[in-house]
Amino acid sequence: MPNGNNKPMGYQLEFEKPLLQLEEQIAVLESHQQQAGHAEDFNAEIKKLRQSHATMLKKTYGKLNAWQTVQVARHPARPQSVDYIGACVKDFCELHGDRRFGDDPAITTGFGRIGPYKVLLVAHQKGKDTRQKIACHFGCAHPEGYRKALSKMKLAEKFGLPVVTLIDTPGAYPGIGAEERGQAEAIALNLREMSRLKVPIVSIVIGEGGSGGALGIGVADRIAMMQYAWYSVISPEGCAAILWKTGAKAADAAEQLHLTARENVKIGTIDEVIDEPLGGAHRDPKAAYEKVEAWIVQTLRDLNRFKIDNLVKRRYEKFRNMGQFAEA
Amino acid sequence: MAQVPGRSWREVMDTSHKADVPEGLWMRCPACEAMLYRKNVEVNLWVCTEPACQHHYRVSAQQRVEQMCDPGSFEPMWLDVSPTDPLKFVDLKAYKDRLKAEAGKVTQPDAILAGTGYVKGRRVTLACLDPNFMMGSMGSVVGEVLTRAIEHAHDSDLPMITVACSGGARMQESALSLMQMAKTSAALARFDDDGGLFISVLADPTTGGVTASWAMLGDVILAEPKALIGFAGPRVIANTVKQELPEGFQRSEFLLDKGFVDRVVHRKDLRSEIARIIDYAGK
Ligand SMILES: [Zn+2]
Repeated sequence: MPNGNNKPMGYQLEFEKPLLQLEEQIAVLESHQQQAGHAEDFNAEIKKLRQSHATMLKKTYGKLNAWQTVQVARHPARPQSVDYIGACVKDFCELHGDRRFGDDPAITTGFGRIGPYKVLLVAHQKGKDTRQKIACHFGCAHPEGYRKALSKMKLAEKFGLPVVTLIDTPGAYPGIGAEERGQAEAIALNLREMSRLKVPIVSIVIGEGGSGGALGIGVADRIAMMQYAWYSVISPEGCAAILWKTGAKAADAAEQLHLTARENVKIGTIDEVIDEPLGGAHRDPKAAYEKVEAWIVQTLRDLNRFKIDNLVKRRYEKFRNMGQFAEA
Repeated sequence: MAQVPGRSWREVMDTSHKADVPEGLWMRCPACEAMLYRKNVEVNLWVCTEPACQHHYRVSAQQRVEQMCDPGSFEPMWLDVSPTDPLKFVDLKAYKDRLKAEAGKVTQPDAILAGTGYVKGRRVTLACLDPNFMMGSMGSVVGEVLTRAIEHAHDSDLPMITVACSGGARMQESALSLMQMAKTSAALARFDDDGGLFISVLADPTTGGVTASWAMLGDVILAEPKALIGFAGPRVIANTVKQELPEGFQRSEFLLDKGFVDRVVHRKDLRSEIARIIDYAGK
């Protein structure tokens, strides 16, 4: 990155540069003020800068395009599953392994408490530092990850615990071992079994909802997306490479794929948008955690009203009605 | 004749050469390069007549149902379900123009032909994908028609037979296509709950969201020889892992070896194999 920005964010999105410049100026004035003690002079200037920052933030985030949304969804400082679990889940009891091949760190599963509810949590993990990122394949799960998820969801069914899934993946891992061990079969089985799992299931796309890798833990009674998450049949880069013959057209592909939360609500592929703090979850993670926790608690409360057979039937109808076609 | 040379992903997915089934009296086999008499290949169910080659050509859904069913027994259903352009998708070409261009190549409105028929006297519900329509990709119409077919098999207590031949979920309908994976799999769950028999036949190619949903959910999974079957495309994998892919990677025989298909079946034997599985299942 040019002109090393030592703000906590430490990472620049191109469209955020004017914002980050203001943030830098504010930081400089604040440190001057502390050193020199000319409180009043700088205070006025800082206040003015803060006002323009607030205005600009509102304006910039008020009209993010699809590609900018994808960039926010991938922001390195964006809260990940591990953060949401840390903040929203009490007494998290991680459960490892698929009992068949191994333990894929790209999907975390375990018991936990969210608000008044005991739940079974299933969440993609991208990893925080380089070592974790490599272990998690940057959030791209292997078949053993999907199989682990399914085996723990069956456990939830057995003990009557609702399932909460947090989706954040660029896609399922495209590798030799993944194919040898049946990536397609693992995802397919999850789709079928989640559709008839006899406990409530809620899903939130917290960052990236990349294709079958996302849907593999996303067949739920209620599906929400964070405001700046994306969810689509293919990544914008992948789509651009195939249809535009160049990955450089990813921004165009992002637009055409209608991958934002609002677009997905419009076409009926998800139910709700969870609004993020102004400027994205990474600017105020605590506010994001609170909104996510509140949504999960409220949604589980809603779903608890249904008899389980009725809920499974409604889940079937929900997916049954997805799609748009003409009929004479 | 020499072994079938491995084709690259680009070749496999390239829809422009889908003249796998060419015009004219004579044709050259793309696999073994032998000169073949077209009529003979047609009678041979569009399999190369060179004994050592046996390349299985991609066939249209119409040809497929004719090959699978007792003569004249197939009755198509849901032919009025046709594609729209819900996202007004435009890449180098508009989706609605692509749909128009593809419509002339097939006898049904989208990439699926489904209905009922008889396989060696056994009544079945059959759904076949068509590689000639947007590479057999699954959008809303494919998902809807297949789901109706599964529900029909369920309601009529018939075996459900599918023949997959697809590049995966259709990008131009984005998440709507993605959700067809869940929709079809959910329909299969219900069918399964009530003891329905689902036989999934995988033809070249079966990839992406089609493999990662209904195609891999057969009670019995059959694959035609040397078909490309996988989740991710070989080129994407090669770019990711930056190493040479193993010999025969993602081919039917490879999946058989890894335990993901039950039987690799020559096209001429598909009917009898399906019939005896139906009998074993008591359907
Ligand atoms: Zn040949």
